[in-house]
Amino acid sequence: MPRILFFVLGLIGLIALPHALSFSQQEILVFLVINVLLVASYRLLTLTGEWSLGHVVIMGVGAYASALFSKNLGIYVPFAMLLGGMTSALLAVLLSFPLFRMKGFYFLIGSFAAGEIIRLLWKRFRDPFGGAKGIKGIEPMPDFSIGVYEFDFFEPISYYYMSGAVVVFCLWILWRIERSPVGLTFHAVHWQDKLAEASGVNLRAYRTLAFSIASGFAGLSGALLAHYVGTINPNSFDVEVMVFVLTWAIVGGTATFYGPILGCVVLTILNEIVLRELGFEQMRPLIYGAIMILSILFMPKGLESIVQRLTRRTAVAAPREKVAE
Amino acid sequence: MTKFLEIRGLTMRFGGLLAVDNLSFTVEHGQIHGLIGPNGAGKTTTFNMISGFYKPTGGKVLLRGEDISGLKTHEVARRGVVRTFQHSTLFAELTVLENALVGTHMPFRPNIFAAIIGWDKEDRIGAEARAREALEFFGLEHLAQERAGDLSHGHQRALGMAVAYASHPDVILLDEPFTGMNPEETRRMMGLMRALRDNGITLLLVEHDMQAIMGLCDTITCMSFGKFLAEGGPAEIRNHPAVIEAYLGGARHVA
Repeated sequence: MPRILFFVLGLIGLIALPHALSFSQQEILVFLVINVLLVASYRLLTLTGEWSLGHVVIMGVGAYASALFSKNLGIYVPFAMLLGGMTSALLAVLLSFPLFRMKGFYFLIGSFAAGEIIRLLWKRFRDPFGGAKGIKGIEPMPDFSIGVYEFDFFEPISYYYMSGAVVVFCLWILWRIERSPVGLTFHAVHWQDKLAEASGVNLRAYRTLAFSIASGFAGLSGALLAHYVGTINPNSFDVEVMVFVLTWAIVGGTATFYGPILGCVVLTILNEIVLRELGFEQMRPLIYGAIMILSILFMPKGLESIVQRLTRRTAVAAPREKVAE
Repeated sequence: MTKFLEIRGLTMRFGGLLAVDNLSFTVEHGQIHGLIGPNGAGKTTTFNMISGFYKPTGGKVLLRGEDISGLKTHEVARRGVVRTFQHSTLFAELTVLENALVGTHMPFRPNIFAAIIGWDKEDRIGAEARAREALEFFGLEHLAQERAGDLSHGHQRALGMAVAYASHPDVILLDEPFTGMNPEETRRMMGLMRALRDNGITLLLVEHDMQAIMGLCDTITCMSFGKFLAEGGPAEIRNHPAVIEAYLGGARHVA
């Protein structure tokens, strides 16, 4: 019961949150929500032990696909978003054939190469990808009303609510997958692929499954991004963004479901809000980098290890305090 | 009548090295079959070929008359032939129960859509029951929530077998199951293996511990330098001149 209370309070907090923020902070909040889905989907791939450098490009595939579906084929935007996610998942299935001939470090480099090929294709073909300038004037989400609330997607708050609901639903699915026997099999593939195989696990199938699910949700997050900013180009999905995803995952820690999400939220708040408000405009990358190095040095297990320590202590010392937090 | 598990003319060549040379033998259903030989005789290579880790250069592995050589490991496993590993190959980061649950992958194949909606309750309950049954069989149920990597060596070996047993196999291939065990643990493990056999599971094991092999096996196949050397019951093998020569080293082999 206290758990439900905890979730309800969290939900109310998330609904009230944007009203306490400035307009530019509300925009950052929308990006944050989208990035949470991106990094959470990335974690599903890392469950099988493979780290990809092409995840952000896959996100871009979803963004491009959704933008083109709605723009050229006139598909209703929410459906176009779903189709965008599916396109990413399908592409991942195709990519798995060459990529999963490799493992570990080789997969990392292979996924980077595959991502760059896709990015160059976007740049090379002006029709339909718009070349280096990308796609402009992407259809916005159509406004609608659900009775108690009018969604006006010119306002970041509305987009925050809409994408927030989508992301929470996706996180729920990802969480269900991780806690299921399928998730256990992903762990098994990671820790001892030989033994998993001897237990009858089809390694290729499970790696492909994880890769395509992760890619599907990454594609959906890309679609959410595309219809918010209204313009995308190949450089919105370059390796620099990928480095951000990696740092969120590493600083947050990948041992738990919430680790990468925590990393994403904390680092975004740190970078966009605290350092910007403090006025370190020029020094921001430097301080950001220093914080990252320090956190890796002193928290090798990520931010999640702090949460684990706190919850364990409160659980042992005073079990009731946990509710109050 | 088709034989249960037949190895026919199995050959493995690594470049210029002939690791296994035209090896043939038959494993009868419901027996404990030992595969012995001096170091480098090609026992583990044979194992890897039967279980699908290696694709043999030549020859066949026939399970109930079906050629399973060259199939992938998980395909071999799905036909009822599972293996354990030398050393303690386990999911060290997972709990003992989770290890056994991975073993139930075949009888309770997970379905991702059912898992998301929550329609796989029966499967999950069944899988856990089977996993606990396997742990109980090997006397590990009191350790179910421990991390597998924290177990003692003997318990880890037992867990390795429990993972294999959880999948309802017809044949278990055991790669040196007694390595690093003290005599007490060996004796306990031998008892468990006999119990497995009495449950109708065929065991094929590679082992160096002669005492265990002689006390346990119904049939023993001895190989040396990749070739078939001798086959028979424990008493026969113990007194077989070729086997004695291979182990003690006749002048011919010193080169």
